[in-house]
Amino acid sequence: MSGGRVRAMWNRVWSWISPYWDALRRPSVHFSLGFLTLGGFIAGIFFWGGFNTAMEATNTEAFCTSCHEMRENVFAELKTTIHYNNRSGVRAICSDCHVPHDWTDKIARKMQASKEVWGKIFGTVDTREKFLDKRLELAKHEWARLKANDSLECRNCHEYDSMDLTRQSPRAAQIHQRYLGTGKNTCIDCHKGIAHHLPNMTGIPQG
Amino acid sequence: MRSLLPLAIAVLLAGCGKAHEEKPHKAPDAPVSITNAGQQIDAMRRGVPIDKEASPPPMARVENFDRPRPINYEMQPPTIPHAIDNYQLTVNTNRCMLCHTRSNAEKFQAPPVSDTHYVTRDGKILEQISSRRYFCVQCHVVQTDAPPLVENRFQGLDTSFAAGETR
Repeated sequence: MSGGRVRAMWNRVWSWISPYWDALRRPSVHFSLGFLTLGGFIAGIFFWGGFNTAMEATNTEAFCTSCHEMRENVFAELKTTIHYNNRSGVRAICSDCHVPHDWTDKIARKMQASKEVWGKIFGTVDTREKFLDKRLELAKHEWARLKANDSLECRNCHEYDSMDLTRQSPRAAQIHQRYLGTGKNTCIDCHKGIAHHLPNMTGIPQG
Repeated sequence: MRSLLPLAIAVLLAGCGKAHEEKPHKAPDAPVSITNAGQQIDAMRRGVPIDKEASPPPMARVENFDRPRPINYEMQPPTIPHAIDNYQLTVNTNRCMLCHTRSNAEKFQAPPVSDTHYVTRDGKILEQISSRRYFCVQCHVVQTDAPPLVENRFQGLDTSFAAGETR
């Protein structure tokens, strides 16, 4: 494309944009400065609050299990594990482990998760068979993510400094001390498949 | 005609209500507790009369103390001295072998699986556990603190040997 044609195209676009640009640059004629600043502030609160509320709505268990892909595969598996059903009744929902709690990390994860919307629309795992075929790949993504952030989502609840090793079984206490306490390993290195069934683990280190 | 319609519906509904009225349930008898659980082996009802409802004994807990138990006879598969809740033992993965495989046993201070478990039925020695030994809990089981159902005078390996020596 020659320089002249680019310039001609830019001129056409500019002629379309320029009235709006001028209106933005000119001082307001009808509204007071107070109305604009205060109004903008209040509208900002509404938009920001609305955005965060909408995002939190996508963090609920009801939202995750509204798709049969989640409800009939991973959520059904979770129900038999200690993260759903245990003596004290404290439980984790999907987002507790799969979405970071800090805002920036959460936004980053939510942007990644837009690919899951694509997968839902095009039915990437819409049958049990397709899901089982894809499970290893999906699991590997989660293991890599947890390995990279030092099992942050585990540690949101399970803090090593707050673990009473004397109340663990001797075997668990010893292993935790040797590998977790020294920082040699992180939670996900050993605790794979604690909330869902495992894919074929041939060749994948588990401890 | 139109004014009769609600009346007709009301009569119809009243009729339905009558037809579906149920007799009040009889209050169930108080549950009979199982008192002689240790003495007899009526596994189905544990001696509770057939017209009474049994209140079951508390559920037994899995022993979780991590010390190997002595075996009772030669070639007995050792029992598991720890809880194995939610250990995945499927065609995809074998949680037991995470610690009990020969290469990891020392790292996790777990007793390694016996050498016999690496041999196929044709006598070929494998690097990985033989598929005929793969499902550990076919032979190795956890133990609970449940009271024995019947009196048991079985004496283990050590005690019978000791008795033999003194005889």
